[in-house]
Amino acid sequence: MAESPPPVLAGFDPNAAIRMIVGFGHNGALGARYVGHGGDWVELALDYRTELVGDIASGVLASGPIVALMDMATSISVWIKRGAFQPQATLDLRIDYLRAAIPGRTVVGRGECYRLTRRVAFVRGQAHDGDPADPIAHVAATFMMTDAQ
Amino acid sequence: MIGVGRLTLPPYADFLGVTAARDTDGAPLFKLGFSDVVVGRPGFLHGGAIAGLLEIAAIGTVLDALEDEPGTSAKLITVTVDFMRGGRPRDTFAAAKVTRLGARIANVEAFAWQDDREKPIAGARMNVMLRRG
Repeated sequence: MAESPPPVLAGFDPNAAIRMIVGFGHNGALGARYVGHGGDWVELALDYRTELVGDIASGVLASGPIVALMDMATSISVWIKRGAFQPQATLDLRIDYLRAAIPGRTVVGRGECYRLTRRVAFVRGQAHDGDPADPIAHVAATFMMTDAQ
Repeated sequence: MIGVGRLTLPPYADFLGVTAARDTDGAPLFKLGFSDVVVGRPGFLHGGAIAGLLEIAAIGTVLDALEDEPGTSAKLITVTVDFMRGGRPRDTFAAAKVTRLGARIANVEAFAWQDDREKPIAGARMNVMLRRG
């Protein structure tokens, strides 16, 4: 998605950080992949897997994996915008499901940090399953910096 | 622990490690066992795993309330999660309350806790679309 090479950030290597984050724990178990990033956004992808299905009859993915993907993408977008890793916790997250993801398709989630203060980060994002113009979900969330005074 | 009435859980519940039972009042009660699969930052549960547990509790409780209407499907339209405390590496429980059960929409609240039910680690409000069977 990035038309030009992402900016080099002092003291924070987004590529290395993202590789570490997406391969660990719950993110690693889901199997999320890095797609691309810019100055205040990141895109991750989640391949379809039958063990992540929430409704057996339709084969549609559960909500949880999409929330996890978007939580991860929006989290990383904060560190990219700040240019540093700082411990943070999700304060709240709202997700609207615009339509069901089509079974078998890879879900791509884009998280963007659109406002950053010393203690709070405001993020938004969308997920799609092939066409960014036909999204499956919209997310708005806030993070709190757990180390901020 | 599983398969009480319509408390049959989806594949995603097995992936996370969620099981279902009933509390002493007969209300559905859900448990997320701790494992590497649910770790976020080291030493804490991932917000996505907690949201997953709340979702499973909400949908499971709605379908349980519609037990006499087999074939009904319940799909999430909106989910708003508040994360109140960090989830620690131990069992997490969840229960949901259907605040309104309409013909097409159910409004559901779900809470997750660890040691003390009065100290939730997360809560969620969900709008669920019903397709009656």
